[in-house]
Amino acid sequence: MSVAQDRIRNFSIVAHIDHGKSTLADRILEQTQSVALRDMEDQLLDNMDLERERGITIKAHAVTLNYHAKDGQEYVFNLIDTPGHVDFNYEVSRSLAACEGAVLIVDASQGIEAQTLANTYLAVDAGLEIVPVINKIDLLSADPDRVAQEIEDVIGIPADDAPRISAKQGINIDQVMEKIVSDVPAPKGDPDAPLQALIFDSYYDAYRGVIVYVRIKEGRVHPGDVIRMMAVGSEFTVVECGYLRATSLEPADELSAGEVGYIAASIKNVREARVGDTVTLANNPCSEALPGYRAAQPMVFCGVYPADGAHYGDLRDALEKLQLNDAALSFEPETSVALGFGFRCGFLGLLHMEIIQERLEREYNLDLITTAPSVVYHIEKTDGTVVAIDNPTNYPDPTEIRSAEEPMANAHIYSPSEYVGSIMELCQERRGVYKDMTYIEADRVDLHYLLPLNEIIYDFFDVLKSRTRGYASFDYELAGYQKSNLVKLDIMLNGEIVDALSFIIHADKAYPRARRMAEKLAQKIPRQLFEVPIQACIGGRIIARETVKALRKDVLAKCYGGDITRKKKLLEKQKEGKKRMRQLGTVEVPQEAFMSVLKLEDDS
Amino acid sequence: MSCSPLALYLHVPFCDGKCPYCDFYSLSADDSVMDRYVTAMQKALAHWGAALSRPVHSVYLGGGTPSQLGPQRLLRLLQAVFRSFSVLPSAEVTMEANPTRDLSEIWAAASAGGVNRASIGLQSSNPKELQLLGRRHTAEQAFDAVKQARKAGIHNVSLDLMLALPGQGEREIGASVSFCQQCRADHVSAYLLKIEEGTPFARQRENMTLPDDDRAADLYLFACDTLEKSGYRQYEISNFAHPGREGQHNLTYWRDEEYLGLGPGAHSFLENRRFYYPRDLSAFLRGDRPIEDGNGGTLEECIMLGLRLREGLTQEKLTARYGEEGKTAYARMSKRAIPYQKAGLMQPVTGRLALTPKGFLVSNELISELLL
Repeated sequence: MSVAQDRIRNFSIVAHIDHGKSTLADRILEQTQSVALRDMEDQLLDNMDLERERGITIKAHAVTLNYHAKDGQEYVFNLIDTPGHVDFNYEVSRSLAACEGAVLIVDASQGIEAQTLANTYLAVDAGLEIVPVINKIDLLSADPDRVAQEIEDVIGIPADDAPRISAKQGINIDQVMEKIVSDVPAPKGDPDAPLQALIFDSYYDAYRGVIVYVRIKEGRVHPGDVIRMMAVGSEFTVVECGYLRATSLEPADELSAGEVGYIAASIKNVREARVGDTVTLANNPCSEALPGYRAAQPMVFCGVYPADGAHYGDLRDALEKLQLNDAALSFEPETSVALGFGFRCGFLGLLHMEIIQERLEREYNLDLITTAPSVVYHIEKTDGTVVAIDNPTNYPDPTEIRSAEEPMANAHIYSPSEYVGSIMELCQERRGVYKDMTYIEADRVDLHYLLPLNEIIYDFFDVLKSRTRGYASFDYELAGYQKSNLVKLDIMLNGEIVDALSFIIHADKAYPRARRMAEKLAQKIPRQLFEVPIQACIGGRIIARETVKALRKDVLAKCYGGDITRKKKLLEKQKEGKKRMRQLGTVEVPQEAFMSVLKLEDDS
Repeated sequence: MSCSPLALYLHVPFCDGKCPYCDFYSLSADDSVMDRYVTAMQKALAHWGAALSRPVHSVYLGGGTPSQLGPQRLLRLLQAVFRSFSVLPSAEVTMEANPTRDLSEIWAAASAGGVNRASIGLQSSNPKELQLLGRRHTAEQAFDAVKQARKAGIHNVSLDLMLALPGQGEREIGASVSFCQQCRADHVSAYLLKIEEGTPFARQRENMTLPDDDRAADLYLFACDTLEKSGYRQYEISNFAHPGREGQHNLTYWRDEEYLGLGPGAHSFLENRRFYYPRDLSAFLRGDRPIEDGNGGTLEECIMLGLRLREGLTQEKLTARYGEEGKTAYARMSKRAIPYQKAGLMQPVTGRLALTPKGFLVSNELISELLL
């Protein structure tokens, strides 16, 4: 049921976290009656539990809606929901490239935040028409006039006639719909040209293989066509294509230029249908691929180990399954003396890492131990070779290192001006280089810093939030590599290096970090039958030391009235507790000790 | 069915007041309740005596406060024991008593009923400590109680002490131990204070200046040492005796041998089964059956209990009882024991696995380490 191109509106919604993106999407679905009310679950588009819980969109989603506009015409809306986190900037950019317009939601009380701006720029760069919307006007603290002014000042687009809505209460949603009709341009593209379609998302379906979400830029595609993924080079026969309805896929005879839909072609792995790749026809290819394709590049690496070594196979299976759906996740087997068999996993960023870990634990019921996240360092050795190191275990001997480089990030922090002092202090602690500061409005600033990526991957955002009472927001993009004075810090328990606790760090940070780690470990490692010395060292030189004293008293003095069962239960509990410990030489280390050293700022 | 001798425990759940650290099952009761209790006990004894038809090598009246029963009921109870079971002539027959009042009459009845060993709740010779523990007697009363027991013909006397009390130091412990010596006690049980959930002490814990684990450990080791020097040889984590005066009844528990326990809150281990009477006097008075508590006598249990004893475990003992499984377990533990023997937590001997006092202090952890 192809419709005329001029009745199609392809758009996405851009917003800062919590500004109401998913709620507005739900209202739009409601208004277009795309979902029966009984199927309506709050925030329908965020269909992963994690997304609902965290209030963020992790994967892009898309839905085709029919809207009967006030001009009496039927329109087709393709709403493409974008991920809302810096880790997924590339995915955002591809989703935006599938649209002609973007609805920009700004919270009527909070105003413009870092992500709003970052994603708006992405949208502007993609040449999209921006439709500003001021949400949450029902809040007591709402100040829509001020926010409208801010949109004009900061983003430079007129906002005086921006719909003022409450997505939550369903107020003025129709104004948004009409704005989409009037302001978002209809798609262009020649249905008779060779097929050129942009992949903006995909997911793995156990029955049909990979379902590829596409925006047809030129030409058309039918079941039976042989398609080619231009970057990957693989070819498939289309089994089915059609539209993305709110609760199901609706097969169609064809998809043609301007439309958004799906293709199923018995593709076995999402790696074969990568986000950003161009789909064309094998026998009538377009002359060139769409611009902007980039293979997903993991930025953050960590070791992931099953708490119980017996579950290694389960962990591998789970990672394989997740990877079917997540082309950005990489993993390869790794062995640790301390933790046994596990995997070195690569992630787009820290959120991506947390999400994968949580999914492994929740959906696959695995108990995991993860090692400190690491970025990729470039080390030039004395023999002139350059190696990329993402695992402290592979860090070369200091005598073989000529120079080292670490990845940098261009970071923007948006905050009420009263927190500028705290933020500058934080950035300085994190070896940040001040770039500039601009006032977004009288009492809000945009602080621009160049920060080493390894300083922001652990807990930077958490600390930033806590030091600004949650008011600051943060965004970054990669900014190449810089020379750095790096060292590898090792932790020894009872004289033996625990490889899983080693990490690479800037020399200036090594001492305080070593001290905190030793202290934290001393708190977390329970007293055992022998004294346990904890030492932190760089290349054999000890720079911090703590001791876990030997256990002195753990005894049931009395067994009353022959009640042996109580003692037996205690023994069982004790043995059970031991199973949750990692035996490192003679030292038993609880899992939480590995985790706690990852978040040293917790109690400072 | 076995016909080897077993130990018999009777729980007498009556006290004239509740000590604030105690979580044993006890209550205060009037004559009629105590009468009904003795009647129920007579029935239970008759039932089990007939059902098991096994001799008894030790009898233990524990509590609560068995002396609370008064001479007549006590005698009836003891007579029921001897009527229902064939108590071996060499049997140790112990009765616990608290020296809160003149016990001469009680001892006379006990002695007449066959009691030959007295276990007296001294807890401390220090008046401040006795007060802190909520004890309703003085050290002198305990001294008299020992004298009276002996006068009644009960010569084998054990005294209880408590260790690691708030404010307690080496001096206080030394004084309590020499007090036991002055009483010519044959046996001393010295228990580390443990704050049990649900007791008044648990509720006051915040306001009590309890010694920390390190200090408690020091005090325990001091007590062990002092008791040894005073002629009381340690034979179990909390038990010390003149040679030959070890409590036969308690050894039954640690050697994982069979015992029948009657009375509310009493536990039994018979024919590889464990069971207990719930902590409910009225259920016992009604004649309710005991509750199953799973298997007993497993290898692991035997090891766990055996390692509480200074004599520890031998390969012969484990092999005799558990065959190849016991032998393997012994060999595995011997290997694991080496670092602990070096560290002074286990006795550096061959042919036996046994803990030292330092090892007893961490026995929960140490035993689970050996067993893992």
